[in-house]
Amino acid sequence: MGKTIVEKILGKLSGKDVSAGDLVVAPIDYAMAHDGTAPLAIKAFMEMGGERVWNPSRIIFIIDHVSPSTSIGTSNLHKLMRDFARKHGIKLYDVGSGICHQIMVEDGYVKPGYIILGADSHTCTYGALGAFSTGIGSTEMASVFLSGKLWFKVPETIKITIMDEPPSWIMGKDIILNIIGALGSDGATYKAIEFDGSVIKKLSISDRLTICNMVVEMGAKAGIIKPDEKTKSFLGDNLGRIDIVEPDKDAEYADEYLVGVSGLEPQVAKPSKVDDVTSVTEVEGIEIDQVFIGSCTNGRIEDLRAAARILKGRKVKDGVRLLVIPASRKIYLKALNEDLIKVFLEAGGAVYSPGCGPCMGGHIGILGDDEICISTSNRNFAGRMGSPKAKIYLASPLTAAASAITGKITDPRRFL
Amino acid sequence: MSEGLLKGRAWKFGDSVSTDDIIAGRYKFKTLNMKELAKHAMENIRPGFADQVKPGDIMVAGWNFGCGSSREQAPRVLKELGISCIIAKSFARIFYRNSITIGLPLIECPEAVDRIDEGDEVEVILDEGVVRNLSKKLEFKAKPYPDFLLKILREGGLIKYVKKFGRLPW
Repeated sequence: MGKTIVEKILGKLSGKDVSAGDLVVAPIDYAMAHDGTAPLAIKAFMEMGGERVWNPSRIIFIIDHVSPSTSIGTSNLHKLMRDFARKHGIKLYDVGSGICHQIMVEDGYVKPGYIILGADSHTCTYGALGAFSTGIGSTEMASVFLSGKLWFKVPETIKITIMDEPPSWIMGKDIILNIIGALGSDGATYKAIEFDGSVIKKLSISDRLTICNMVVEMGAKAGIIKPDEKTKSFLGDNLGRIDIVEPDKDAEYADEYLVGVSGLEPQVAKPSKVDDVTSVTEVEGIEIDQVFIGSCTNGRIEDLRAAARILKGRKVKDGVRLLVIPASRKIYLKALNEDLIKVFLEAGGAVYSPGCGPCMGGHIGILGDDEICISTSNRNFAGRMGSPKAKIYLASPLTAAASAITGKITDPRRFL
Repeated sequence: MSEGLLKGRAWKFGDSVSTDDIIAGRYKFKTLNMKELAKHAMENIRPGFADQVKPGDIMVAGWNFGCGSSREQAPRVLKELGISCIIAKSFARIFYRNSITIGLPLIECPEAVDRIDEGDEVEVILDEGVVRNLSKKLEFKAKPYPDFLLKILREGGLIKYVKKFGRLPW
């Protein structure tokens, strides 16, 4: 029987012929932790008696979740990270560098066929470039710091083929929200998802990253897309000598789905479940207090361009706050050079330095009781962005931008 | 939990309890002190939980318990409060790994969840994967753990395992 992409990657790196269900121990290419998880990993590393990390050049620290710090407690945890990184020679991206997942992709740590672990659930993002990447907790990360290895149960794979002629306005976010709505928040638990089909081939790397970013919202261990010419051109010189891993034609899948997108409308996830997904037309007119455009899901230059396309020459509705947070310093600079930042400011928006922003309620943009936010981020759980009584709608940057102008959830096609 | 017997009052929860529900993001960035953090455990969906729960108590929940963020603080605060085991219809993957790693046993057993009510006295025999509802005199069988994970749980988590044996189990 043939193999899926994930079976091949885990098999190659663990040095065994493996199939779904097998337990393997595999070496890790890169290990990443951020300010929400690294401090606890450092503490666990020390409690385990760790003296030296397995390979400092393969560990990346990124301060992005509460960045810059807003309290003495957080500052002390950031300091713990900086001290540990300095002592062990670990590369640390400090305040303002950007969101961990964007930096990992942008700075060339992600390559096809790699195994990358992050102490963050959205580590699954890197599958968009053909890597096997998944999230783990802090103590397991400490064990990776020690040994450079971890155990895995080789996951079964669900294959999702995305077909049809995509509407011109469609974004990766609409596609993945639609799929999450169909499969449910535990529709892919413990499994990997391979995305394929004519639409995937047409999508930008940015949209592919958005899609793989959100597979964890279905419980998936990893999302993965077979690398193609777009992947190679995105990686450019950094691609180096690497084997492109493709699935066998007779690979065995746990499930196979065909998704058609030609009739799709802009998608919105309603509070407070990511899988409670509907068309924007069903929720149009709901008044909002805050709009957040950013996050590891939708803070890339393509997302900012999409939002600016709608916001250019228009004003944010009185009484609505628009927060725009580029996902990295490089994106911020690009947006500055393309005059996108000017568009956001002239529209009456607020632009913050790169980081996670309000996504997980750590600092800026925290919602009060009964407030309503439309956000391009990835989770809308009650209390995620502040008050448990606040409500969060998830949508694409186009839908979020259109909503900022009217002050109500709005179909972006009205402005295109 | 070296004897492998876990017993206490059942606290019942629904489907898709997220790690944000277990411990909200706004708290976890400020401290590594789990006692401090544990005061806020479950407060969004069950106010007062941290004060009422007793050592040994068992949480019982529906599908996809622990979904969302990778925060290990989630199982850690529950362990800190004395929760001895969580029985659910299913668990989210990272929460599952984290719980074993920190020495908090989980049991996946949909049949048991349907027949346990809030306040029932529940017992779990981990080595055999047995769940007993002592109040209703019912017994259920769950799939036992692979051996190497059971070893980690028996030692009280990965940190204690490494301290005792001087190496990782894999």
